This record gives sequence, C-alpha cells and structure tokens, in this order.
Amino acid sequence: MRNHPRLRALLGSMAILLAAACSKPEAPKPAAPAGTTEAPASAAPAAPKKDVKIAVVTHGQASDTFWSVVKNGVDNAARDLGVTVTYNAPQTFDMVAMSRLIDAEVAKKPDGLVVSIPDSNALSQSIKAAVAAGIPVISINSGSDAYKQLGVLLHVGQTEYEAGFGGGEKMGGSGVKNALCINHEVGNASLDLRCKGFLDAITKAGGTGKVLAVNAADPTDSQQKVTASLAGGGIDGIMTLGPLGSNAALAALKQADSLGKVKLGTFDLTPDVLSGIRDGQLEFAIDQQQYLQGYLPIVLLSQYKQFGVLPAGGILPTGPGFVTKENAARVIELSKQGIR
Amino acid sequence: MRRILHRPEFGAACGVIAVWAFFALYAGGSGFMSQAGSATYLEIASELGILAAAVSLLMIAGEFDLSVGSMIAASGMTISLLCDRLGWSIWAAIAVAMVLALAVGFANGIIVVRTGLPSFIVTLGSLFMLSGFTIGMTRLITGRTQVGGLHETLHYESARAIFASRIGGYSVSVLWWVAITALATWVLLRTRFGNWIFGAGGAPDAARNLGVPVRRVKITLFMTTAFCACLIATFQAVKFTGADVLRGTGKELEAILAAVLGGTLLTGGHGSVIGAAFGALIFGMVQQGIVFAGVDSDWYKVFLGVMLLSAVLVNTYVRGRMVEARR
Repeated sequence: MRNHPRLRALLGSMAILLAAACSKPEAPKPAAPAGTTEAPASAAPAAPKKDVKIAVVTHGQASDTFWSVVKNGVDNAARDLGVTVTYNAPQTFDMVAMSRLIDAEVAKKPDGLVVSIPDSNALSQSIKAAVAAGIPVISINSGSDAYKQLGVLLHVGQTEYEAGFGGGEKMGGSGVKNALCINHEVGNASLDLRCKGFLDAITKAGGTGKVLAVNAADPTDSQQKVTASLAGGGIDGIMTLGPLGSNAALAALKQADSLGKVKLGTFDLTPDVLSGIRDGQLEFAIDQQQYLQGYLPIVLLSQYKQFGVLPAGGILPTGPGFVTKENAARVIELSKQGIR
Repeated sequence: MRRILHRPEFGAACGVIAVWAFFALYAGGSGFMSQAGSATYLEIASELGILAAAVSLLMIAGEFDLSVGSMIAASGMTISLLCDRLGWSIWAAIAVAMVLALAVGFANGIIVVRTGLPSFIVTLGSLFMLSGFTIGMTRLITGRTQVGGLHETLHYESARAIFASRIGGYSVSVLWWVAITALATWVLLRTRFGNWIFGAGGAPDAARNLGVPVRRVKITLFMTTAFCACLIATFQAVKFTGADVLRGTGKELEAILAAVLGGTLLTGGHGSVIGAAFGALIFGMVQQGIVFAGVDSDWYKVFLGVMLLSAVLVNTYVRGRMVEARR
C-alpha cells in the first residue's frame, strides 16, 4: 500500500475527522513556536484529575429529552471537576448493543463506570465482568432492585414505590378522598409500583382509590376512559404516571369542565405539564431530578478514585422532588436550559 | 500473486488491515489492542459474520433477504416464550425456533420464485410481518415486550456451553463463525451447488438451459439465511438469558453491507464468503473502535458511515489497480 497518495490522503482525512470529534474536555494549548521546546507544565492541582477517566453507559435514546438532561448533568460534572468522561448509549433500546458498549468501556479500564440497568437479565454479565475487573460501578435511573446482586456500589435514582407514596401523601394531605391512578403502560413493573405506593398513601390518609388502565397508544381511548370514570362522580383526585397519562387526564378534565376541581398530579415533567402547573390546572408533578442522576455519580466516582471515599452504599434518592405552583416558573426556565 | 489480486475479497482484506491500523494508532493505548478489546469486536463480528455468510451466498445467487432482522427477534422470542411459559427444555425450544425459521425461509423463497417479484420487496414485507407478529404475540401472551429468566430452564447449562461459553477469553461464536465461513466457502468454490449459485445469479437463463435447478437453489439459500438468523438469535438468547421484541433491528442492512464490503455485487453473480467475513470484521472493529477512541456515541453513525464508505473506496480502488495490473 505504499506510493498511493490518494489512499494516504483518505486515511489522513479520516484520522483528522476522528481526532476532531474526540470530545476530550481539554483546554486548547497555545501552539509553541517552531523550534522551541515546551516549558514543563506547572504543578497545577487539577493536573492529576484529568487522568481520572469515568465511563457512562445508559439506555437513553437520542430522541428522549429525559436523557438529554441526564447527559447535561454528566457533562457539567465533568467540566466542573475537570475529569474525563465518555458518555455512550445504544442507538435504539437495544440491550445487546448496550452490553457490548459496557464491554468495550470495561476493556478501556476506566477509573469508574456508571450504568443504567433497565434489564438486569441482559446486562448482568457485562456488569459483573466490570465489577470483577475491579472497576467501581454506580447504577443510575433504573435497576434499584437489581444493583446489589450485581456488585454495584450505589444506585442513584428514584425508587418507584416511595415516589408514588410521596405523591399520595401530598394528595391525601390536600383532602383527596377518592382517587384514580391512571396506568398507561400495563405490564411495566415500575408503573405498577408507582400506583401501589400512591394508593397505599391515599388509604393511609383515610381515602380510597383504584387503578385505571388505559391504552397509551390511543390518546382518544385514554381520554374517554378517564371521562367515563369521572362521569360516575365522586372522584376528587387523579394521579398519572407520565406525560401520556397526564395529557389524557387533562383533556378529559377539560371535557368534563372539572379543571382545578379535581386535583391532578403526575410523574415526569414536560412543557405542557409545567405550564399546566403554572396555570393551576395541575396540583404538582413528581420530578426525578434526573440531572442529579448524571451529575452525582461523576462526583462520587472521581472522589472515590482520588481519595477512596464513598457513601456507605444503598440508594441515593434523586426523587421524588415536587414541582408546584410556587416553583413552576423557575423550573420552566431551567427546563429550557436542559437542567430539569 | 496475480491469482491473489484477482480474488474479490482482496480489497476487503486490505480494508481490514487499514481499519485495524487506524484504530491501533488512535485507540491502541485505551484497550483496542488488548485481549478484552479484541474479544468485544470479534464477538460482534462473529454474529454478523455468520449472517453475512448466508446473505452473501444469497446475493451471489441474485436475491436479497431483508427479513433476517426481524427473524432474529422472532426466533429469540420463540425460544424464550417456549421455555418461560411452557417450561420446555431449551434444546426443544431451539429446535422449534429453527424449524419455524426454515419454514419462513421456505415461504420467502417460494413467493419469490413463483411470483417473480423482486426479493427486496417480498422480504421487506416479511420483515414487517415478522416484526409485527413478534411484538403482537409477545404482548398478547405476556403483556410485556421482554422475556427473561432463560437461565432457569431445563438443560440451560449444556446450551450455554455450546452457544455462549468463552474459550480463552473469546466468545465461542467466533469458532462457529470460522466453521460456517469455511463450510460456505467450500460449498461455493468446490461443489456443484456452488457453481449453481454463481449461475443462478450471473446468468439465470443460461443456467436454466443448462439444467441448473435455479428455483431450488434460491429457495435453499433463503432457508439458509433464515436459519443463520435463528442461530444468531440462539446465541443472543442463551447469552443474555432472554429476548426482547426489538433484537436484531437493522441487522439485515448490516449483513448486506458486510457482504458488499467483501466484494459481493448487488447485482448478483459475483462475490465471496471470506470477503463477507472481512466485511463483518471491519464492521465490528468500527463499532467498538469508536468507543475505544473515546468518541461520544452521538457521533457513532457518522464514523460508521465514513469508515464504511472509505473501506468500500479502498476496496474498489485496489480492485481498479488490480485491473490495471492485469492489462
């Protein structure tokens, strides 16, 4: 392959492209004038930090704004601490591809690994291999039930039952006696836990409640089911588990002219949910504060690498945080910046 | 030397060396060259390579099979559901999945040769149908889209040894890949059936006049691609102890890409299984090499595109030089 200038040019341009996209947060060095040797770097305290390398692998898809917020947390932490972080996620919800991303990161021998565990069956081998290789692992977002068996040090996220319970307490506290929990994805275990927690808290506060299953793929069907439940009368509180459910519930309440009369709470923030809270159509939204799921593990792992300190295991709850009328305006501002 | 230059896989071999050298240069220090690093890209390459071997044979015979992507999901789900819901032995479940795959391949083949429709369209139809069936049936039966817990089924350990063990740190699927590539190459270059494959794709009318059973050849090859898709589903189901309805998405295009990288023509009649193996190797190296190079995964597809296009360019450039050398 000698004497092929075109080939060399091709490979050269590929190399430049790759180097350009290497997102290493390094300050650009001023070019030394030709013929001079570079002065040795001053012993800045941040120098060893650069050598701390942390790998993040999640299942978040590019189209999901939720995960953009997590990634912003990761990037901000890397910048604030001056450590090197790589963030990887499969192109689609693909557990096989995700496990291989983890394998590749483990082969790079990072100082710490952050993973989300949406399917502990499929990912257990890769995560166990990381632990066996002596890499400290922290799980985020999903996997609160599985992280311990896999040898993961800590889990940073929201536990679903407790979050639902918190929402139920809030509603029970504002006088709701007869509540609905709208489940828009039957079969998703974490949603079942949210409803269970919510209903337990309502019962504890002396009210009653039941689960209403709707079909998320069909917004009309969802809305009409909620409308039908409201028609019976007596429902004074509705809890939805995500944007799909809250949209249907809002539409149904509008149709029944019960906006503001029936208390409505939901999980997860969207622009619609936030403006609804601001305008008094929703009581509150439960916020996982996923920004922290990106930010905190980077802090914890870099401190662990530098000084060997780590919180004593368990789950670090990033939620439930509540967005209510009081703080909605500020949250709307921050969600535009991709922080909430 | 002249003989080597004339082989269709020669360009792909150069591509493999170029891509490997490139990542060795840029990501060698971060584990790309390590045993663990090599094992990760070889594992990806082996699964894709098995599929690409069958797909390249079919493409040489002048046909496409796009249904292999959802065939992987359907087969994996069949295995998982039979074990999880009916408590079958994993071997029985694998056997049923393979029979189903062969049936789908047979149906694809029959429709293509009977109707004379382009196989691109026919198998695109079966890609969608299989995918929909998989999602629909799984949700109907389980109410979920992923089924796990395969490691608790009957005879799981023996299946694990065959399909998902590691030998010296490398996945056992690499052995399968080498064996299947060798077998397919032998069939293509050393048997009468291999000649028929070239004939069916290169000059079907002439082949028919010479008494080549073109239809039988094509149906057999459609069954082969479906069978290989099922084999990959088996690897993944056993390794990851379960299946989900999206497994294998996009694999059909990756397999065609690997075959084309290896010098197989889209028009049929010319190609190589060894080339497809090299193509799969390039694919695996790019996919994992990007991670080793520390590039954000947002950029992954840009690189995949650039690297693959470059590899094809290098491939054709080398082949062009080859033609000049012949003159």
